[in-house]
Amino acid sequence: MSEQNQMTTRQAQLEQMVHDLLKEAKQLGASSAEAAVSSDSGLSINVRKGDVETIEHTRDQGLGITVYFDKRKGSASTSDFKPEAIKDTVRAACNIARYTNEDPYTGLADANRMATELPDLDLYHPWDITPEAAIELGITCEAAALELDNRISNTEGAGINSHSGLHVYGNSHGFIGGYPSSRHSLSCSVIGEQDGAMQRDYWYTVGRKSTELEDATAVGREAGERTLARLGSRKISTRQTPVIFRSDIAGGLLRNLVGAISGSSLYRKASFLLDHLGKPIFPDHIQIQENPLIPGGLGSASFDSEGVATYDKQIIRDGVLETYLLGSYSARKLGMQSTANAGGTHNLSITPGEHNLEGLLKEMGNGLLITEMMGQGVNMVTGDYSRGAAGFWVENGEIQFPVEEITIAGNLKQMFAQLLAVGNDEERRSNIRTGSLLIEQMTVAGD
Amino acid sequence: MSDTIEIARNTLLAPASLSEQDLDRVMDQLLTSQIDTADLYFQASRLESWVLEDGIIRDGNYNIEQGVGVRAISGEKTGFAYTDEIALPSLLEAGRTARAIARAGADGKTRLSRTTPPRQLYAPINPLETMSEEEKITLLRKLDAEARKQDPRVQQVIASLVAAHDVIMVAASDGTLSGDVRPLVRCNVHVIVEADGRREQGSSGGGARQGFQFFIDEDRALEYAREAVRQALVNLEAEAAPAGTMTVVLGSGWPGILLHEAIGHGLEGDFNRKGTSAFAGRIGEKVAASGCTVVDDGTLPGRRGSLSIDDEGTPSECTTLIEDGLLKAYMQDKHNAHLMGTHSTGNGRRESYAHLPLPRMTNTYMLPGQHDPGEIIASVKNGLYAVNFGGGQVDITSGKFVFSASEAYLIENGKVTRPVRGATLIGSGPEVLTEVSMIGNDLALDAGVGTCGKEGQSVPVGVGQPTLRIDNLTVGGTNA
Ligand SMILES: [Zn+2]
Repeated sequence: MSEQNQMTTRQAQLEQMVHDLLKEAKQLGASSAEAAVSSDSGLSINVRKGDVETIEHTRDQGLGITVYFDKRKGSASTSDFKPEAIKDTVRAACNIARYTNEDPYTGLADANRMATELPDLDLYHPWDITPEAAIELGITCEAAALELDNRISNTEGAGINSHSGLHVYGNSHGFIGGYPSSRHSLSCSVIGEQDGAMQRDYWYTVGRKSTELEDATAVGREAGERTLARLGSRKISTRQTPVIFRSDIAGGLLRNLVGAISGSSLYRKASFLLDHLGKPIFPDHIQIQENPLIPGGLGSASFDSEGVATYDKQIIRDGVLETYLLGSYSARKLGMQSTANAGGTHNLSITPGEHNLEGLLKEMGNGLLITEMMGQGVNMVTGDYSRGAAGFWVENGEIQFPVEEITIAGNLKQMFAQLLAVGNDEERRSNIRTGSLLIEQMTVAGD
Repeated sequence: MSDTIEIARNTLLAPASLSEQDLDRVMDQLLTSQIDTADLYFQASRLESWVLEDGIIRDGNYNIEQGVGVRAISGEKTGFAYTDEIALPSLLEAGRTARAIARAGADGKTRLSRTTPPRQLYAPINPLETMSEEEKITLLRKLDAEARKQDPRVQQVIASLVAAHDVIMVAASDGTLSGDVRPLVRCNVHVIVEADGRREQGSSGGGARQGFQFFIDEDRALEYAREAVRQALVNLEAEAAPAGTMTVVLGSGWPGILLHEAIGHGLEGDFNRKGTSAFAGRIGEKVAASGCTVVDDGTLPGRRGSLSIDDEGTPSECTTLIEDGLLKAYMQDKHNAHLMGTHSTGNGRRESYAHLPLPRMTNTYMLPGQHDPGEIIASVKNGLYAVNFGGGQVDITSGKFVFSASEAYLIENGKVTRPVRGATLIGSGPEVLTEVSMIGNDLALDAGVGTCGKEGQSVPVGVGQPTLRIDNLTVGGTNA
């Protein structure tokens, strides 16, 4: 049987399981129910110092069911696909629902919002690489980093990951949808040493298709270059300064935005962007959108985790917040409609500006280029932001020296309002696409 | 007390009609190539959680997991496969996959012998069954009421109760055959307060390897509710935090996350075997001020980070990492210990059967010193007093670490004065403890809330410390 045929058969099996789960729930008296089943297998290999270090064969599966007895809800999940275990799981969910309270906002998403077309989003491209070939690729990748410079003194190695799987979701509205997907990556992390101090950096490439991956030598070399650039890092004094978040870490700021405009933060009044719908939160040159249906996209999906059809939407238009990101529960609580964001966002992007990173550095003049963030110091209720950072000090648009052991602090609301420019050096390895981001001013704490 | 290996056998092997001879057979198959060591890790777990929000029990979840992980090691190479089906054919198949790490070689033979752990640090109970569903719900409602009655400014209360029952069994080619039954409960209260258009949050919780009675005893859960509100109200008054390097006094207990990030991760065996840690090759060197003694102790009865045996079947230990300022030892699992020519310290841990064991911390804390906490604060002219923290992170290679304060105050002329907003503190692991100038006599461990992440695997841990004065630490506020 071909790989494609095998997947079709497997998908039919998982769809049958979803049907069985929903049927079992109905038999136990549930007024409605929803279920998701997934199955994934893959290979993770790590190579270090020119030889294989670990080979992990992964095979994960799981199913989850949520039952509703009118307005009472219960959920259960398991990794055990034996028929009796599946029955036990549905029973456990029903048992939970005996004790939860009536919640007027709970339930399935509205039936008229279910996805009716399930386009092939071109997400499944298995990679039939043997462990031996993967090891060779890892060795090539790591060697490119190690031979770059004799200051590269040690290595954490190179990693090759290839996973593919199936995800099926269905509910008692009669909706059922599923699709196979794949994801492959190659990464490298090496250590450099200078004057007794060690630094580490890494690089990786990721894609739905193995052919989309960057060349192994290029990945290794980039990891090595990045490590070398950090050697001789030092602390700087405490100051107020403009800051650029380099594109590979800038997605974190957009994740903070997503968190703040997500339904669960809003109805809990746990967001610094409460009551900001229709108001400017960025300068008027900023556009942020979601495009869930991009073929082959890392975040693509035609329906959200409740079966609601996804659609293109403008989140920030000319700096103004146009929509919250809601699933059906938070939408009902807020008296609004689901935006097909139950379970998160699908391909978020900020429209690139005209300059590359070099251009942004010139625009900044003197300031800090941030290339690594540490810790979780973000208060989503107030927007207060204080995190560890490393990067480079920049003068007259030119990188001067690497910087470490500092923090950067501010308030996200002000940082968004002070987003002066977006680079065109788009980071494409993530569900969130962004160029480097220039922020007018933040507080750096150091010596 | 019932025998944990017997419970493990009945839970994990009996339903699949697996005998110990079957395990010998799988092990023999594993050892038929150039495999030095191999192990099987059986696990069955049940997890239950309940969430109260907006005054109602909004959600509950029940999770059933089981499976077996098969690991084969040849020199520095590890092969790993797992299956969620506990049955002989799946085990043999996983074994064939895992042993492919070595391509040719000699035969090996193992006979498993039961090893009894020296002591059980927690009762082999199923914590999910230690309270009825009605009682769990009543407890959550009480927490909601308790939080709301503290102050009219409380707008939102989210309270949760979680219990996990984990039964594991380890069979290894060194003859190990051990089982463990691990209860774990956790309770948390999160509140949002609002006044004059300003909102803030506070959070408190605890847990242990016990039943739910833990939360009733000493009114612990109600205290979490009161504490969450207190923290939120303090933060409502907080001003901008200072920015720059200054004297910092860390409170006792949970601020011990400092030790976990600054010292702990850098002393894990794998990073030191590979030479990627800033502490590599520094045993015997002075890495902390005199008087600083730090241990990793998996042997504390009932604590969240404790283990009767680790996930390789090794009884946990109390390992002295730093003694009177000198670096003494690393934390080891079997694999890294073997390669470094030493023994496992009982720190081999894994998130589940589907993950490889790694050297991990248990309960990491600093032993108490001489100073009264009041005396420590009085000794500081100007600085920061930080008593509650969120998460932290470390780069073990450069040694730089962060941890984020969620409740902190200014110290002005030896007195704790105004509360300041949350701020991240950053320092260098091999240097920060050399800046410790006073150690309190008030050692406390955290309330049982810690979770540590490493290479994508989460495990429960504990931390603790007495009040500490650190002369130079960078505080990441906005007030430059
Ligand atoms: Zn940790």
